[in-house]
Amino acid sequence: MSKEPVAVVGIGQTKHVAARRDVSIAGLVREAARRALDDAELDWADVDAVVIGKAPDFFEGVMMPELYLADALGAVGKPMLRVHTAGSVGGSTALVAASLVAARVHGTVLTLAFEKQSESNAMWGLSLPIPFQQPLLAGAGGFFAPHVRAYMRRSGAPDTVGSLVAFKDRRNALKNPYAHLHEHDITLDKVQASPMLWDPIRYSETCPSSDGACAMVLTDRAGAARAPRPPAWMHGGAMRSEPTLFAGKDCVSPRAGKDCAADVYRQAGISDPRREIDAVEMYVPFSWYEPMWLENLGFADEGEGWKLTEAGVTELDGDLPVDMSGGVLSTNPIGASGMIRFAEAALQVRGQAGAHQVDGARRVLGHAYGGGSQFFSMWLVGSEPPG
Amino acid sequence: MTREIAVVAFAQTDHRQSMAELSEVEMLMPVLHEVLDRTGLKTADIDFTCSGSSDYLAGRAFSFTLALDGVGAWPPISESHVEMDGAWALYEAWVKLRTGDADTALVYSYGKSTPGPLRDVLTRQLDPYYVAPLWPDSVALAALQAQALIDAGDTDEPALAAVGARSRGADSAGQGDYVVRPLRTGDCPPVGDGAAAVILAAGERARELCERPAWIRGIDHRIEAHALGVRDLTDSPSTRLAAEKAGLFQQPVDTAELHAPFSSQEVVLRKALGLDDSVRVNPSGGALVANPVMAAGLIRVGEAAARIHRGESDRALAHATSGPCLQQNLVAVLEGDAR
Repeated sequence: MSKEPVAVVGIGQTKHVAARRDVSIAGLVREAARRALDDAELDWADVDAVVIGKAPDFFEGVMMPELYLADALGAVGKPMLRVHTAGSVGGSTALVAASLVAARVHGTVLTLAFEKQSESNAMWGLSLPIPFQQPLLAGAGGFFAPHVRAYMRRSGAPDTVGSLVAFKDRRNALKNPYAHLHEHDITLDKVQASPMLWDPIRYSETCPSSDGACAMVLTDRAGAARAPRPPAWMHGGAMRSEPTLFAGKDCVSPRAGKDCAADVYRQAGISDPRREIDAVEMYVPFSWYEPMWLENLGFADEGEGWKLTEAGVTELDGDLPVDMSGGVLSTNPIGASGMIRFAEAALQVRGQAGAHQVDGARRVLGHAYGGGSQFFSMWLVGSEPPG
Repeated sequence: MTREIAVVAFAQTDHRQSMAELSEVEMLMPVLHEVLDRTGLKTADIDFTCSGSSDYLAGRAFSFTLALDGVGAWPPISESHVEMDGAWALYEAWVKLRTGDADTALVYSYGKSTPGPLRDVLTRQLDPYYVAPLWPDSVALAALQAQALIDAGDTDEPALAAVGARSRGADSAGQGDYVVRPLRTGDCPPVGDGAAAVILAAGERARELCERPAWIRGIDHRIEAHALGVRDLTDSPSTRLAAEKAGLFQQPVDTAELHAPFSSQEVVLRKALGLDDSVRVNPSGGALVANPVMAAGLIRVGEAAARIHRGESDRALAHATSGPCLQQNLVAVLEGDAR
């Protein structure tokens, strides 16, 4: 049984900021959705179904907000699904929407992910009460810092690598009008002089808390033929999950991430990702995750990822640009962060990424992860339809 | 040519008022084991897993992440989660099987309604700016709907009492006092904890795993506007549309499992679905007997399928709902092979 090819024909996002006090949650999501529809030159009536995702409902204090958001997203009278797979949710949401098209259940699907983090405090929203979590494990940084330290020990990476990533991503963000952090006076010294939060993670090596939404219009071959701008074509997509904590878990390079990437590469016919993939938009909430994921995703051998970063390979003008948009380090509306990665990959192969466009990007990987490095979702998009 | 997909196994907890002594994972584990045992499959044999639950019931963010440990997701599995009733997780799994990427799927959902006051908790589903601050609770909203039905001449209190009595297998004298007028205790669902799981399989795989698979002939779901003021509460156009898309009206069904937590909602659904007295409605007792939030919809699909497995039904309808006053509705049409 053959699947219908899936094309991205519309992308929209909000200008991500610390607090969007001028709009409601409904206003925020509608802004991104409207921009995606405008990009595709479609209207609400052209959408057959809506798939929406976000991370925990506690971040806004609205239980199952898809019910309240049905009107704002033009979903009344349509099917509406709500996906929640922790930090990977933005990617998973796009994949669920894509499967509706691939299975020929619907022709055109609007997919959207959002977070309005200013409505609450994400740090404490992620700090579970005892006995669910150990004391002093406050926030995501407290959970991930020991894994970063383990990576440094294991790989022998010099402790400067994390700040190089942060310096690069914040500079990339200056080229992206939608990015949250625009630090015009950023220098490597400033990153390295920023306060230590969770050793070895410094303040400037962490992601911000953002309000924002990202939307995409996915469609079938017929829809792509009508699209006013070049579509991005999905060549592969996969999700993988593993348990939170168990004795066999490799927190530095989880097997679920490796398996997920391998599945995507198999679907896309990629045997050498380092050579055959032109750029990667990966989920890097703490700077050290760039070298860690370079290894996990098969772009570098084990223990070698930091060498690519240090050599400038992952710079915007490098041989394998990583996080061209400025990444999660510059913009982090948690529920939307995964979809922004997927959308950036699509923007790149459509040639629509503006000042952060990578010349000749034909195949780009979008990557997201969540939970305790246990949920992974990825897609690989290309400028040409899948063969 | 689209693939044929069937429900091949179903399991659920013995529903109780409270399982305070059990964690969500402990509540779920026996159900997962039972549904796998029914098919002889192991976690590693399942191509895709999808679950439904709500953080708000558990009172903690990312509550579903620990449930995954119960599945035994090692080596890593292809897995997803909807923050919705498990019936929608089943829908996502059905789509996945339709793409051909998977031949089998495990679907589960669970909810512990009892750790917090459920009527208060469910108010957090409402428009957070204009409605939720007033804390209108789920029973009060259902009572508005029930009164609208009575005012429209669609039902009366004795008829509602009869729905409750039939569901519980008791006589309608035991309807109890008013909770919120016109709804009495007998018109309202019990608050309870529970879990359910279903296995789906495509084509020949389904026939290998189940003697009489419950084929999903059609499945669709639709949502309505959120604000009650812009909806006709005596009707359910989203249910009717979903039923039409699922192919319900092409042939009569013999059984209907309706997710109607309130007796009055059965009146609305019967009308929208065009069900007459020839159809056995909620032989399981329905949500008026056991309503574990987030699992009750999946249980309707499972109960309908199980009747087909047992040869007690040939063509059955399963319905699930979400949101205040039947805002969102899913309809599935299940059939057994001709006998």
